[in-house]
Amino acid sequence: MTRESPADDLRLADLTKRFGVFTAVDDLSLTVPQGSFFALLGASGCGKTTTLRMIAGLEQPTGGQVLLGDRDITGLRPHKRPVNTVFQSYALFPHLDIHENVAFGLRRRGIRKVGDQVERMLALVQLQGYGRRRPAQLSGGQQQRVALARALINHPQVLLLDEPLGALDLKLRRQMQVELKRIQAEVGITFVHVTHDQEEAMTMADTVAVMNAGRIEQLGAPAEIYEYPATAFVANFLGQSNLLTAEAGGRAGDDVRVTAHGTRFSVPAGRARLVDGPALLGVRPEKLHLADGVDRVPAGHQHVGGVVTDASYVGVSTQYLVRTAWGAELSAFAANSGVAAPLAPGTAVTAHWDPRHAFLLPRAGADERTEGRLGQPPVGALP
Amino acid sequence: MELRRWLADRWVMGVALLVLGYLTLPIVVVAGLSFNRPSSRLSYDFDEFTLDNWAHPCATADMCDAVVRSMEIGLIATVVSTVLGTLMAFALVRHGFRGRTAMNGLIFLPMATPELVMGTSLLALFVAAGVPQGFWTIVIAHVMFCVSFVVVTVKARLAGMDRRLEEAAMDLYASEWQTFRRITLPLVLPGIVAAALLAFSLSFDDFIITNFNAGTTVTFPMYVWGAAQRGIPPQVNVIGTAMFGIALLLVGASSLRGRRARRAALAVVATPASTGRP
Repeated sequence: MTRESPADDLRLADLTKRFGVFTAVDDLSLTVPQGSFFALLGASGCGKTTTLRMIAGLEQPTGGQVLLGDRDITGLRPHKRPVNTVFQSYALFPHLDIHENVAFGLRRRGIRKVGDQVERMLALVQLQGYGRRRPAQLSGGQQQRVALARALINHPQVLLLDEPLGALDLKLRRQMQVELKRIQAEVGITFVHVTHDQEEAMTMADTVAVMNAGRIEQLGAPAEIYEYPATAFVANFLGQSNLLTAEAGGRAGDDVRVTAHGTRFSVPAGRARLVDGPALLGVRPEKLHLADGVDRVPAGHQHVGGVVTDASYVGVSTQYLVRTAWGAELSAFAANSGVAAPLAPGTAVTAHWDPRHAFLLPRAGADERTEGRLGQPPVGALP
Repeated sequence: MELRRWLADRWVMGVALLVLGYLTLPIVVVAGLSFNRPSSRLSYDFDEFTLDNWAHPCATADMCDAVVRSMEIGLIATVVSTVLGTLMAFALVRHGFRGRTAMNGLIFLPMATPELVMGTSLLALFVAAGVPQGFWTIVIAHVMFCVSFVVVTVKARLAGMDRRLEEAAMDLYASEWQTFRRITLPLVLPGIVAAALLAFSLSFDDFIITNFNAGTTVTFPMYVWGAAQRGIPPQVNVIGTAMFGIALLLVGASSLRGRRARRAALAVVATPASTGRP
């Protein structure tokens, strides 16, 4: 990526948006480096779309600033900003043909000869020859690409994408993810991509910001966030996590001591977000292994006993549920590589993990509900 | 068995045809009578075929004056009520203000009030205000009841319009005015045109309210009403048939245009590469 100068970075400073008493975006600050592919990830209602609309100028912030390089664009009208948006429902103009849809931005800036540019842009999104059609005559995927072309033709400094793939079916979405990445690499424009699909965010973005209740819970490279989540919300929003209610009991050498349900564990200090106090001990399901006895647990691994309550065969792996002695359900994914025999429900097993794969998070209050297996985010519980 | 099957498959179609006949029969009668030379003034029988009525529609001078007057009133009332009603629809859909809910309800009042009541109360108002009845009091009355229909029609179109289209336009460097001119207006226009046509036909057609507020002015419906007492001149049927024919032509032309646009678009679909713009 050609990094011209940090002066072209997009910066949000203490950005806040309130609708009446509801705070949609809460004192948000972040920097999106010029030319990067940045994803804002969160459940619906977390404030990610509001943030995007404030960058586009379609929503006026209650407080804070939007900066493009050194330029404060907070108060600029949307049509004065070097920012373009690909809307969730594409918002193509139904009364104009594809050519005029794509040319719209150029014409508004008084550019007369638009033909060549429009053709080149339609070629970029692989829609040559579709210029005379109306949006309604195109499929969802094609409309999506027109929306992209319509925004990109203006060479904005920042391109905003509001769940652009949400309306497409799975196969097309995968295809468009690759396509979007290719186009972003080709044009080198800063992309800010809003999505609730964690897989989409992880596959496409250089940097992911996980948003919850108007705040950023964690920001970093996808692998970094996945491997070492900062909060229980992130641990469960990005993939699944087994979280055991625990108490951190201070440092012992390079480790933090942890007690959970009467058993002592430890986590490397570099993977613990706290040293003392109420905690959650986390292990990803694919890093939780099942053995048929304590004696089979590899040296250095930590373990808990349990009984298999469910086994779901999903092709590449088998997903087991294991009930511990104190009633929590743990999730373990075993790759179907043909090495281990499948385990039947009712089998007594020992679940074990390498402490270097565990992580320790602070536990807010005595929130027992977060214990055990959690899948996708509890959307209903969010504002 | 076969017959029952046949009937079962077609009875809906049969009912539809009956209803269509029910709807068009009066028009057919009017069109037929426009070619009639009645034997006496009070005859409603078809006596003798003639083209005279069509050749000389203004043989009865008063009638054509009344038609022209009705058209003048209709046009003025349509323009004024369409402009006012459209602005009002925008205000009601796009702006939050105190009393908006009450306003939305009040809009229906002229539609819900019996025409007789509205006509008499308008008359009382004009008399109380010392306004002489005539052409302009008719216009004022027509604008009043047409506005409601315009507001409701345009509002429906506007409410169905995706606000994001306007946001997208502004995002693509269109100022407020350009957004209105290039996006909002073209998309709402079918609603405005429909409202204007509705307003014109309501105004042209109105008898009750007009009759109370006309003074000595005679509109076409009032002329027909008056003539019915003495025997309707067959030219009335000519005007009626002509109005119907014009309306039919307008509808036909617009649907033809729509079909041609669709066909052109399909042709593009068939050969996408060859028809792309240079």
